[in-house]
Amino acid sequence: MSAASDVRPSGATGEIERYTFRERVMHWFTGITYLYCLATGLAFYSPHLYWLASVLGGGATSRFWHPILGVVFLMGTLWMNNFWHRDMEMTETDRRWLDRVEHYMANRDDLLPSQERFNAGQKLFYWLMLYGALLLLLTGFFLWVPEYIPRQAAWVRPLAVLLHEIAALATIGGFIIHIYMGVFFVPGSMTAITTGWVSRAWARTHHRLWYLRVTGSPPPQE
Amino acid sequence: MSNGPLQIKAISGHAGPVPGRDASRDYDVCKLVDVTTCIGCKACEVACLEWNGYPFRETVFDNTYQTMPDLAWNYYNLIRFDEHVAEDGTLSWLMRKDQCMHCADPGCLLACPADGAIVQYSNGIVDFQQEHCIGCQYCVTGCPFNIPKFNKETKKVHKCTLCSDRVGAGLEPACIKACPTGCLHFGSKDDMKELAETRVRQLHEHSSHKNAGVYDPAGVGGTHVIYVLHDKDHPERYGGLPKDPQIPLLVRLWKGPLKWLGNIAIAAGIIGVATHYLRFGPKRAEEETKGEPK
Repeated sequence: MSAASDVRPSGATGEIERYTFRERVMHWFTGITYLYCLATGLAFYSPHLYWLASVLGGGATSRFWHPILGVVFLMGTLWMNNFWHRDMEMTETDRRWLDRVEHYMANRDDLLPSQERFNAGQKLFYWLMLYGALLLLLTGFFLWVPEYIPRQAAWVRPLAVLLHEIAALATIGGFIIHIYMGVFFVPGSMTAITTGWVSRAWARTHHRLWYLRVTGSPPPQE
Repeated sequence: MSNGPLQIKAISGHAGPVPGRDASRDYDVCKLVDVTTCIGCKACEVACLEWNGYPFRETVFDNTYQTMPDLAWNYYNLIRFDEHVAEDGTLSWLMRKDQCMHCADPGCLLACPADGAIVQYSNGIVDFQQEHCIGCQYCVTGCPFNIPKFNKETKKVHKCTLCSDRVGAGLEPACIKACPTGCLHFGSKDDMKELAETRVRQLHEHSSHKNAGVYDPAGVGGTHVIYVLHDKDHPERYGGLPKDPQIPLLVRLWKGPLKWLGNIAIAAGIIGVATHYLRFGPKRAEEETKGEPK
């Protein structure tokens, strides 16, 4: 069952359910495991942030849990992918939207094509995190149990560290924008991802095509 | 050596000069391994285990005189054994005492992310502090000599300490004390280099080892363990001693430019979104229209 079809307008309050309970759990499951890996990873990344490991139980403890929570994070991401990958596919409309993304940043949404349940930026973030998580696990495996890498393959070790950090930095870039947009730039997003509900105006403004679909209204004539 | 003030200056009723009076007492220490006089007796291996309190391990027979294939977390010091057939058909047994080289530019220390897990003393000794070690083994990645060894049970990495506990008390390392042939020497780096060069001259003049030389690799800033080799151009014959050891380039990239680029990118990202908020503010939803949706 596709996730979008779970979503029903609520007749009683006039609000619309944007995220089902399962989707909210998926989001916060991956979010919290990512945050743990981010904090401990930054501790190993920079001596100036090593205190993060101390706060989280010490360097050795952080080293022990970081890869395990990393695997849990990836499992959460794959779980999410099972429900969201169809909603996240890039369309022609998305490409036109991305071409004019500067209008979105400048709050001139009237100059942009209407968006479905997720806009192109959200989709990009989604794929960044999915492929980032896969690359992080792939390279992280070598960092997890380096004692099993034979000496002949020792060149893998620094390469894996380098790619792990590059992948991590890429997800951090997406993560900064994600937090900014969810908490500051698009009011109502935080309520949506915690309670599941958005106002009709919110849905109409930010995701008009989705709004029209779930309310059973006719699609716009373009 | 740290016993400078207690260096003997004059001795009563003593014929001849004071032994070691002109010896350098610089603080940077060095172990000299003259492989040309090593007989492979492994007294140094035993002395190392005894001083560090580790039990003797089971040996692994591989048809040579080598005790076991590699160093271990509780075995800091191993005589590597190789048979070498020269071009003229003569056979030689090459024996090299393998242990941490105590690099002046240590790759383990560069790669380590844990605060205080690896220290370099002013006398040149590079020492692991297991209580701060987090078990990530980046030190193994950074080491060009494949020295640090991981204890899978305690998740800590160990290696030769150059007997920092003994040296700190003015003693020589345990292996030096045990060596019966005088192939191991310990003193200041200047003295050991001089002694090594003297031995090399001796080999040049009185033996067929015309290519003998000192191994003190510049790629890691020089080491505080140096070798006299029969053939300085082929160190790899001695159990794979690297010819030109370097900290891996990828480690330098990861610990240098990538850190700075990453830090700048993260800071720029945070400043960027904050500035964006100040410039454009939040994205407001349209006014709620009363009544019918659409």
